[in-house]
Amino acid sequence: MKSFLKTTVAAVVLVVAGLGAANAEQVKVGIAAEPYPPFTSPDASGKWQGWEIDITMAMCEAAKLDCVITPVSWDGIIPALTTKKIDIIASSMSITAEREKTIDFSDKYYNTPTMILGSKEEKMDATPEGLKGKILGVQVSTVHQAYAKKHFADTAAEIKEYQTQDEANQDLAAGRIDATQADGLALETFAATPEGKACCEIKGKVADDLEILGPGVGVGIRKGDTEMKDKFNAAIKEIRASGKYDEISKKYFTFDVYGG
Amino acid sequence: MADASIIPAGITGIFDLLSPVAPGWGANLLRGLVRSLQIAFGAFGMGLIIGTFGAYGKLYGGPIVRDLAAIYTTLVRAVPELVMIILLYYAGTDLINRILEGLGYQRVDISGLVAGIVVLGFVQGAYATEVLRGAIKSIPQGEIEAARAYGMPPTLMMRRITLPAMLPHALPGLANLWLISTKDTALLAVVGFSELTLETRQAAGTTKAYMTFYLAAGALYLFITLFSSVILEWVEKRARRGMPSVKEAR
Amino acid sequence: MSNALGETEIEVPIETFPIHKEKDSSSQASKLPPHRIVLILIGLALVASAALFMRWDWLPQYGGLILQGLWRTIWILVVTVFLGFLLAVPLGLAQASGPAILAIPARAFCTVIRGTPLLVQLWLLYYGLGSLFPQYPWIRGSELWPYLRQAWPYAVLALTLSYAGYEGEVMRGAFAGVPKGQLESARAFGMPRFTIFRRIWLPQAIHRALPTLAGEAVLQLKSTPLVATITVVDLYSVASRVRQDTFLTYEPLLLLAAGYLVITGIIVMLFRRVERLIPSKLG
Repeated sequence: MKSFLKTTVAAVVLVVAGLGAANAEQVKVGIAAEPYPPFTSPDASGKWQGWEIDITMAMCEAAKLDCVITPVSWDGIIPALTTKKIDIIASSMSITAEREKTIDFSDKYYNTPTMILGSKEEKMDATPEGLKGKILGVQVSTVHQAYAKKHFADTAAEIKEYQTQDEANQDLAAGRIDATQADGLALETFAATPEGKACCEIKGKVADDLEILGPGVGVGIRKGDTEMKDKFNAAIKEIRASGKYDEISKKYFTFDVYGG
Repeated sequence: MADASIIPAGITGIFDLLSPVAPGWGANLLRGLVRSLQIAFGAFGMGLIIGTFGAYGKLYGGPIVRDLAAIYTTLVRAVPELVMIILLYYAGTDLINRILEGLGYQRVDISGLVAGIVVLGFVQGAYATEVLRGAIKSIPQGEIEAARAYGMPPTLMMRRITLPAMLPHALPGLANLWLISTKDTALLAVVGFSELTLETRQAAGTTKAYMTFYLAAGALYLFITLFSSVILEWVEKRARRGMPSVKEAR
Repeated sequence: MSNALGETEIEVPIETFPIHKEKDSSSQASKLPPHRIVLILIGLALVASAALFMRWDWLPQYGGLILQGLWRTIWILVVTVFLGFLLAVPLGLAQASGPAILAIPARAFCTVIRGTPLLVQLWLLYYGLGSLFPQYPWIRGSELWPYLRQAWPYAVLALTLSYAGYEGEVMRGAFAGVPKGQLESARAFGMPRFTIFRRIWLPQAIHRALPTLAGEAVLQLKSTPLVATITVVDLYSVASRVRQDTFLTYEPLLLLAAGYLVITGIIVMLFRRVERLIPSKLG
């Protein structure tokens, strides 16, 4: 009976290992499994496309890595990185001191202002007084959630937390919330869609808070994985210098998203 | 201004959105359905295996084995599936890899599919234990005693007597477990595994046609349920041939 | 003792349903054999090591929020079980003995609810209905708007419908299982139909269904975490927030699991108390 048990356990471990053995050379790029145009969004054939996907693949090419896009749930993306389910995070994750306690970041690869998108029918602006009595929606686990908690919690009527930004956008269009705070480009993309045009308009940029909003978006890397960090830093420099960065950005934007 | 046009002009009708041919999203949904079914089958099978061990442990095991099995079934049946899924998915895979590293093996990269099957199978195993235990108890125990009197080895007895005899009694419970398994795969959407519900959420989020896609997903799940029920009824009828009917008198 | 007429009243103790109390002390010892003591000690050691070696410094900061989430969970559970049961009784009755025009929609409702995942139902109600609001601007001016705006009405609605779908099936079996002879004899006595239902059919059906109802209430508790996906702040949502703020994986989830275990235990105990209130003959 004992040897039967041992062989069963050994067999199970082997089967699990065999099923899960992936190509050791592949670098799994974690992205949030939600539509986040213009950065990442799924198309009807199941492929992920968007500015961030293109830039990430360009960086991987420059670093000579075989990258594979691996969608993960946004609120579990950092645990996924630390438990080695994915190898890097390239999902518009801002570099903040809080996150740097757990993971490392590469240099930034873009920086866009944070804005508030609000209902056309409500008067408001992107300040704590301007949001008095309003219901604000943010995505969980983002710098926007932290910013809203710090600056708007006292004046806003309620801060609702959504699993994905597009659900927050949807509730804004439905009128359940009065405003949402997120990355300016993502909000502008939504505001340009038919639903966005009908319901909402950009109310302005929020006051800067470097500690919470961070200097920009970087590639998330496991603590101690200095090899990967150096590879990506070099890759970012290379695609900036070679013009590939601008070539890709021109397809999506008319201005420079790298930021100051 | 960003102009990443996700929805090509002209796609407004419901059938256009759902069409299996790109740019319709139907193919995505069907792919998700296939993955849901893969997990459901895997989890159900694994649940059966764990359930068999658990049922035998609870019935014929020593006092320690019985208590451990009781702890397993009570804990798993009391904690919500969503919490178990999150626990096992993040903490569990982390633990397994730490153990493997501690033993000196390479870290195993557990794919989403395997993790989903293991997690749901673990949960199903607790319910399956109870179903199989009840079913084994409803076998006329005289048959088992006679087999033992003849000196049949335990595995032979399990193969020839217990399992075949218990099957008709277990089928209603197992049928219920299968249906639960297909629906619990939806919970994996919360951990970002690409099965039907997550694909639906992504399609709905991209096209903003929430009603259409969630109704379509509901219809697909309902189809699976009804189809399974028809097959399971046929299986139950065959397994119960020769036994008195259990249909309620109306 | 003598009553007003001067007769002696004999006290006849009435004990029709003896409840056997455990008086044998040796059986008490057999309840805690050595291996169980060891297991309990190992369990306590695990709990103690978890309490000592894991990070719990976030507890005071989130204590208020945890209590809020706990209250929300319990409140949603109680309300949806109650409302769902109220809805399940007519559903079960219609299927057990109603005319086809009532029985078939009831059956269809139960089949659809039991055939689709609760998560899909929840998202369909919240985001699906939400996507219709922009198309009908007059909704915003209506009376219901403050409720349609918030998330908890959708959570309560979805969980109530789900519970009613499953309970409808259970109540169908319970109603069908009450011995028909009782109903027929009541009818023969000329009891009005509603009185038969009120006095004989419904109480007996509930009594038959009671053991299942306890299990179903626990299952409903296990469905409540899903409401966190539509922004309702319940216990699971609070644990998620702690996980995201502190990046801890194990501690919040273990506390969450323990919380649900405690609530489950309370539910099981409550139902056992209710079951004991109703005298029943055990053959």
